[in-house]
Amino acid sequence: MLEYINIFYVIFKRDLTLTFREKTDFINSLAFFIIIVLLFPLTFGSKSELLNTIIPGIIWISALLATCLSLETIFRSDFEDGSIEQLVLNRYPLILLVSAKILAHWITFGIPIIVISLTLGVILSLSNEIMMALFITLILGTPILSLLGSVMAVLTMGLHGSMLLSILILPLSMPVLIFSTIAIQNASLGLPIIAETYFLAGILILAITLAPIAAASALRIRLS
Amino acid sequence: MYKWIHQFGSPKYFYDISIPLSKWIAIVCAISFIGGLYGGLVLAPADYQQGDSFRIIYLHVPAAWMSLFVYLVIAFSGAVSLIWHIKITDIIARASAPIGASFTFLALVTGAIWGKPMWGTYWVWDARLTSELILLFLYLGYIALQSAFSDKRIAARAGAILVLIGVINIPIIHYSVEWWSTLHQGPTISKLDKPSIHLTMLIPLLLMVLAFKTFYITTLLIRARSEILGYEYNSSWVKKYVIK
Amino acid sequence: MNIILRGLKNMSLNDFFSMGGYAVYVWSAYGISFIVLFLNIILAIRNEYKTLNEIKKRLQNNKK
Repeated sequence: MLEYINIFYVIFKRDLTLTFREKTDFINSLAFFIIIVLLFPLTFGSKSELLNTIIPGIIWISALLATCLSLETIFRSDFEDGSIEQLVLNRYPLILLVSAKILAHWITFGIPIIVISLTLGVILSLSNEIMMALFITLILGTPILSLLGSVMAVLTMGLHGSMLLSILILPLSMPVLIFSTIAIQNASLGLPIIAETYFLAGILILAITLAPIAAASALRIRLS
Repeated sequence: MYKWIHQFGSPKYFYDISIPLSKWIAIVCAISFIGGLYGGLVLAPADYQQGDSFRIIYLHVPAAWMSLFVYLVIAFSGAVSLIWHIKITDIIARASAPIGASFTFLALVTGAIWGKPMWGTYWVWDARLTSELILLFLYLGYIALQSAFSDKRIAARAGAILVLIGVINIPIIHYSVEWWSTLHQGPTISKLDKPSIHLTMLIPLLLMVLAFKTFYITTLLIRARSEILGYEYNSSWVKKYVIK
Repeated sequence: MNIILRGLKNMSLNDFFSMGGYAVYVWSAYGISFIVLFLNIILAIRNEYKTLNEIKKRLQNNKK
């Protein structure tokens, strides 16, 4: 049991180190996220009523697009230098190793996105209830995106120059987006958001248990 | 019985029986189309609320049911392919996908055209329409994923994983009108109760469902034949068959 | 025969084409459906012929 925890931590630390060594990928998707969100006040003027109603949804959609961008990088460098096959071939369960990579991805991309979203919310003067709803939906939604997205990333590993990853992720993340925006709308009207939180938490639990299994079998299929 | 099912695993056997089978099923398809269209367009009385525009139901409901049915066929073939590595299930899944995508597209388009006189709008973002749209994107993503790989076996198994992840959408589509309050009307035909629709309107509907189902099977058999030839072009039975 | 008579009693030809005022909707829906279904089956049959011809050509090339 202890060696499983050890190997999980080793792969997790390896991925964190690699991401922070090559800061370009990391900064790229976060900068993309900030720029898209800031384009909207630029276009609509910062004091318009329309902007105030749609800004939380804009933040969520931009978080989704930035996550699509960042998911291309989880398995890309490993696939290109062949270390993905070392991950598949060793004696430790592949589900464990894949979970470590997904967790590392969420820590390096999901958590900065949450932090930056809240900062942007303060900059764009969102109300406290909307910020709370944004925080809860993001902290439940970004792991779901990392988990589902990593399965799609494995399926489209190494296919150059195609938008296939984004095309596959976006339909599957529509339920998450729908529940999050309903929660944010309810929060702006002062209604409770507990129902949507339960739904998102349910999808998160389903994703945590099933996505590593799907990703591991997809890895075995791709490398067969 | 196992021997009979086992024979289906061989692409040659499937190819041989699919030629006469597709001809007979095409005849059934043509007859039920003619019967269903005549019954639906001429014989069925006009609805007292919706007038004659309700006749779109004879396209919309069969197309929607078939879009779900074909997805379940692809999901089941995908699961069998992943577990037992049977080639014919790869072929069936790959061949069914464009047909299922057409049915989903038809369900959405006929539903939108029907919605304009009925609800006053072509589209509304309620649970059933949104999840049917997600189904269309799942089909298109599956087709795109299949064409991205040059090795067809890897393409088939990768696609199987994608389809199995998306299969959660099917109960959402089916039960969305019961779980949420939507603009789309509730189910009129359930398996256990008496249907809430009149017999003269029901029979053409069932005929059209049969027509769509046999259309799917016929087109599937034709496409599967091309796929089998593509998979097996090096084998001796194909060479003998083509030269004949 | 009975069925055809009953149908003619139900609806005149005018009714059939105008569909109670909803002609645009009903006929565009049926038209799009028929186009899509026809495309499906015709592309499938053409695909089959194309594959057969390709294999035939490849075999003849190999024989040469």
